[in-house]
Amino acid sequence: MGIERDSSKAIGEGTPFMPAFISIDYITHHYKGQSKPTLEAVEATIEAGQTVALIGRSGCGKSTLLHMLAGLLQPSEGCVRINGRQITRPSPKWNMMFQKPSLYPWMSVRENTALGLLFQGQKQLIAERVDPLLETVGLRELADTNVQRLSGGQQQRVALARSLATQPELLLLDEPFSALDAFTRTALQDQVTGIVKDKGLTMVMVTHDIEEAVAMADRVLIMSANPGRIENEMSVDLTYPRNRSAPEFVALREQLMKHFGETVELPQRNSKTEPRIKAA
Amino acid sequence: MSTDTVNAAGIRPLPTARRKSWPAGWMEPLRQGLIYPALGIGGLLAVWWYGGWIIANNDDLYAFADFAPGPTFAALYQMVASGAVWDPIASSLSRVGFGLLWAILIGVPLGIGIGYWAVARQITHVPFQFLRMISPLAWMPIAVLAFATWDAAIIFLIAVAAVWPITYATAHGVQKIDPLWFKVARNLGADSPQMLRRIVLPAVSQDIFAGIRLAVGVAWIVLVPAEYLGVTSGLGYAINDARDTLEYDKLAAIVLVIGMIGYLLDAVCVKLIKRTSWRQAD
Ligand SMILES: Nc1ncnc2c1ncn2[C@@H]1O[C@H](COP(=O)(O)OP(=O)(O)O)[C@@H](O)[C@H]1O
Ligand SMILES: [Mg+2]
Repeated sequence: MGIERDSSKAIGEGTPFMPAFISIDYITHHYKGQSKPTLEAVEATIEAGQTVALIGRSGCGKSTLLHMLAGLLQPSEGCVRINGRQITRPSPKWNMMFQKPSLYPWMSVRENTALGLLFQGQKQLIAERVDPLLETVGLRELADTNVQRLSGGQQQRVALARSLATQPELLLLDEPFSALDAFTRTALQDQVTGIVKDKGLTMVMVTHDIEEAVAMADRVLIMSANPGRIENEMSVDLTYPRNRSAPEFVALREQLMKHFGETVELPQRNSKTEPRIKAA
Repeated sequence: MSTDTVNAAGIRPLPTARRKSWPAGWMEPLRQGLIYPALGIGGLLAVWWYGGWIIANNDDLYAFADFAPGPTFAALYQMVASGAVWDPIASSLSRVGFGLLWAILIGVPLGIGIGYWAVARQITHVPFQFLRMISPLAWMPIAVLAFATWDAAIIFLIAVAAVWPITYATAHGVQKIDPLWFKVARNLGADSPQMLRRIVLPAVSQDIFAGIRLAVGVAWIVLVPAEYLGVTSGLGYAINDARDTLEYDKLAAIVLVIGMIGYLLDAVCVKLIKRTSWRQAD
C-alpha cells in the first residue's frame, strides 16, 4: 500500500555477493512535534563484514538510526550509503529483525521463512534455500508447524531464517533477544554471530545489554542522548564464539560498565522498547 | 546414582513428582452437545404448545388455533411432501445471496480503506454513521423508484442492510493489524498487491467472516418484510399469501422454515469463521 515496486530489489542468482560497507554521512533527524533533533551529525563508517553493536540509554535514537540503515526511514539531513549507493527505500538486501519476532501467525515456519523469496517472485529458490536455512537455525523438524506453537526463542529463530532467506548483505537487529530468557538469549547470540561470521555478513545491532554487545560485536559504538550522537567506540578483538567468563571478556565488559557508570540507567529487559518509529 | 548423591556444585537431583490423574469428564460433551440443546428446544415447543392450547380454548381466538404445533407440523409436512416449500426458499435465498454478494464486494474494500487510512476513517465517520442508522426498509420507496424490477429493489435493500456490518468488521480487523507486520513485509520486498494479498487479507479474513455473519443475520431479517411488496415469490410473499387466504397452519409452517434456515445460515458462518481463524487457543 503506497509502495512502488523496486526494480532493483530482485536478487539475481548471478549477482556476486558483497557484504555491505556502510557510511553514515552526517545524519541529523528531527521528528515532527519534537523540539530538539533526535539525532545530530551522526557519522560513522562500518566495514564490510564487521559486526557492530550500538549501545546507549533508551530514547537516544538507536532505533531511529537503525531504521535509516534499513531504508525504512529517511533522515532530515544527511544520508546512509551502502556500498556507495544512497539508501532511499527498504530492500531485502538489508534486513531488519525486531524485539518481537513479528511472524505471520497464519503461516507455518516454512511459509514465514519463504516470504521474502515469494515477494521477489523467486519461488523456484524456496525449495533449495528454505530447508537448509531451517536446518541451520535448528528448526528443520518444525518446518510445517504453525509458528504460534513455537517458543519465543524458536520464533526469533524463524525471524532470523526469514531475514537470511533473501541472502542479505546486511543484518540489522533491534534488541532482538531482549524478550528472551537468559539461556535462550546466550544460545541465540552465539548462533547469530556464528551464522553472520560464517556468511561474512555485515551486522549492526542495537542492544541494551553490555554483555551482549561484547559477546557479539567486533566494534561497540556508544551513543549519547539529546541529541543522539555516536560519542565513543570500543573494539572487541576476541575470537568467536566468545567465552563470557574469559578474563579478557570480563575486562572489556567491566570497562564498558564503568564507562556508563551512573550515566546510564540499568539495562531494561522486556521493557516496552518496541520502536514507535513509523516507516516513512 | 541414588537420589541423595550430592555433586560438587551442590546441585542435587530430586525424585520425580507424579501427576495426579483426573477423572475423565465424558458426561460434559454429552450434556453440551445433546442434553442442553434438547432442553432448549423442548422448552420452546412447550411454550408454543401452551400458547396454542390457550388460543384453542378461547372463544375469541378460536379461529387462530391452527398456529399450534400440531397443525403447523402437519402443514410443514404437507409442504415438504408436495415440494411446495422449495420454490419460496430458493427465491429468498437467491435474493439474500445476491444482496450479500454486493455487500461483500462493496464492504470489504471500503472496510480495508477506512481501516488503513485514518483520514478516510475520519472523513467517512459522520456520513456512514448517519446512513447506518437509517432502517433499510426506509429506503423501500426510493428503491422501488430507482430499480426497474422488484427483485433488484429487494436485493438493494438487503445489500444496504448488510454492507455496514461487513464494512465495519473489516475496518476493525485492519486497524488491529500489528504495524510491525507491514514494516517486516516492506523490508522483505512486498509491493502493494502482495501486501494486500499475503498480509492484509489473511490477517483480517476472520474479521470479514464475523462481519458476514452479522450481515447474514440482518439480511435474513430484512428479507421477509421486503418480500411483502411487489414480488410473487419468496418466503415473505408466502407469509403474506397465507395470511390473505387464512391458512394459519401454513403461515406458521413458513415462520418455522424461516427460523430454521436462519439458524442454518448462521451455523455455516460460524464454521467459516472457525475455518479462517488463525488464532490458536493456547
Ligand atoms: N515516530 C516518532 N515520532 C516522534 N518521536 C519519536 C518517534 N519515534 C521515536 N521518537 C523519539 O525519538 C527518540 C529516539 O527514539 P528511539 O530511536 O526509539 O530510541 P532508542 O531506540 O535509542 O530507545 C525518543 O525520544 C523517541 O521518543
Ligand atoms: Mg529502540
